[in-house]
Amino acid sequence: MTRSTTIWRTAGLLTAAGLALAACGTTGGDGGNGDGGDGGDGGGDCAGVLAYVGPLTGPAANLGINIVNGSKLALEQFQEANPDCEVTIEEFDTQGDPAQASPLVSEIVGNDDIIGVIGPTFSGETAATGPVFAEAGLVTVSPSATNPDLALNGWDTFHRIIGNDDTQAPAVATYLTGIDAQSVFVIDDASEYGAGLGAGVVEALGDLVVGTETIQVGDTDFGPAVTAVNASGAEAIYFAGYYAEAGLLVSQLRSGGYDGLFMSGDGTLDPGFVEAAGAAADGSVLTCPCAPADDEFAAAYEESAGQAPGTYSTEGYDAANILLQGIVDGNLDRASLLEWVNNYDADGVTKHIQFDETGEVAEVVVYAYPVESGEILLGEPIE
Amino acid sequence: MQFQYVLDNFVSLFVGGLVFGAVYALVALGYTMVYGVLQLINFAHSEVFMFGTFATVWALWLIGADTSTMGVALVLSLAFAMVVSMVTSGGVALLLERVAYRPLLKRGAPRLVALISAIGASFVLSEAMGLRGAIASALGLESVLGRYVARSRENLGLPTDRTFTVQFEIFGYGVTNRDIIIVVAAVLMMVLADQFIRRTRTGRGIRAVAQDPETSSLMGVNSTRVIQITFLIGGLLAGAAATLYMLQVGATRYNAGFILGVKAFTAAVLGGIGNLRGALLGGFVLGIAESLGAGLFGGEWRSVVAFVLLVLILLFRPTGLLGESLGKARA
Repeated sequence: MTRSTTIWRTAGLLTAAGLALAACGTTGGDGGNGDGGDGGDGGGDCAGVLAYVGPLTGPAANLGINIVNGSKLALEQFQEANPDCEVTIEEFDTQGDPAQASPLVSEIVGNDDIIGVIGPTFSGETAATGPVFAEAGLVTVSPSATNPDLALNGWDTFHRIIGNDDTQAPAVATYLTGIDAQSVFVIDDASEYGAGLGAGVVEALGDLVVGTETIQVGDTDFGPAVTAVNASGAEAIYFAGYYAEAGLLVSQLRSGGYDGLFMSGDGTLDPGFVEAAGAAADGSVLTCPCAPADDEFAAAYEESAGQAPGTYSTEGYDAANILLQGIVDGNLDRASLLEWVNNYDADGVTKHIQFDETGEVAEVVVYAYPVESGEILLGEPIE
Repeated sequence: MQFQYVLDNFVSLFVGGLVFGAVYALVALGYTMVYGVLQLINFAHSEVFMFGTFATVWALWLIGADTSTMGVALVLSLAFAMVVSMVTSGGVALLLERVAYRPLLKRGAPRLVALISAIGASFVLSEAMGLRGAIASALGLESVLGRYVARSRENLGLPTDRTFTVQFEIFGYGVTNRDIIIVVAAVLMMVLADQFIRRTRTGRGIRAVAQDPETSSLMGVNSTRVIQITFLIGGLLAGAAATLYMLQVGATRYNAGFILGVKAFTAAVLGGIGNLRGALLGGFVLGIAESLGAGLFGGEWRSVVAFVLLVLILLFRPTGLLGESLGKARA
């Protein structure tokens, strides 16, 4: 998901707190690794340090926490299966901000113990730090960065296990033609993510689009958009944007008399959407290239993390697993682990994982998540 | 430019603008009254409004109103929420006057200092709401307050049913009971405020201080008290606006006051800052211009239309549309 930089009103305090937290995490991880190296024994020294790069605090912390919890679950299961193998995951909190990610990434690249990276989480920070990782030959596996252009930079180290934004739009069209919608109204939020996804949906739907409208991130009154939708007589709406605006938009559409289908994308797949919209959110459908957790995964995750899995939890689990399997296979330095990921070919919990030469995952599945009675239900693959 | 679209949907856009303009106007009154009395732009007024929106939601939670609340119970619940919201906003406004202004005015600080104090107070109030979860957990009250402090940086939705029934149609646009409630309530509040300033003894005091603080204090007007009452009235109106805003928009968050505050301030300047009727006119003109502008040029041009209009009007009428100060208003 691409996220525009947020201007922090409390920048000073929060930045200081965030850096302090990140610093603590780093120190703790280093110690753990030293002990692990000494304790490793058996056929070859099996040890390694992985790094998570992404937000743990800040406005988009939820997504980062979901990923970290997923990768921690992978690590726990790995250590149970391989008690001799000492692996740690260090957490680097970027707050989702490219400006904060850059110094952290220099630190990661300079630490020779770190041989693989889970992340970066958002497209902005991935774009900012990609060249540094590529230069250092440090492999990255992102569970969540979906900007299509990221794969076009020629970074050998870049991989993502999620379909990019361009894969979502055709799936939206497939879904809407599948339910035989005759007229669709497309609204975007003018952000890099929303405008890109919105334009893709308009293109994929072709003649079915009866109107488009643009709103602004941070707006609260969408009266003109409601008027435009009602005037167009559309049966369905696709909103390309984030959950904060989506919640307000759907509630104002409903109270404005619109009774057709409301659809939105991965930016809206968050409990905050339902919380803001209340009953107005019922009946909405949200699309996401991210996979829902099955019962077995959800139970294990809940036991490990103490909360239900959320968006990108399964992708975080898969990303960590690819790197962990590489380590147990004996790839203990950056070059061989990168080689391992490039040649990876196995099933994950989200999908069959194999990367093409640009780092895109070969198999992409987009899911449709229905909203009913104030809850986002498990997604079904769109076919 | 979508002239045909605007012509076809003129009533819908117009009524939509009128309804939101009513909210602008109510908030604008707070800016204009404080300016009239103190020649100070109270930038923290947007946060006074924001506290009202939260008070509205919390009041409805407290009495257990939800989507199943209907009919008379719903009307009573919303009326209760509005009273709580007005009291909360009024209280915050009084607190603001006490903490952020009075100490400065007493020491004869320049207006610029009070302005900076207002901006600072605005940040503090907004972040206090945005960090209420962190504050509660620091005090160990997280489990007691529960959902009142949960997800404190996210949108908070109005818990009651928001499907409104169409009362009558004008040129094909169904006017809902919500549209009527918002406009009627806002106009009623404004008429009350206007009459209060014009007809009561306290109102005369406010006008006297606005005209000449020194002379009025020589004539026995307690200016500290007058300033306090001015803040209180502004707060009460912002609280009423907050409940109406929640009916219209449906959700709030800790920084919801910011954009609305800027727009309401614009409305006050548009109508002539310091002028009560100007704030009313400015609010409606701004709301309608925004709505029609968004229809004509597309939603992303909405704020552009509003501010270009402001610049144009100030170019030709530097004192705003009605350009008369609070002090000169006659009884």
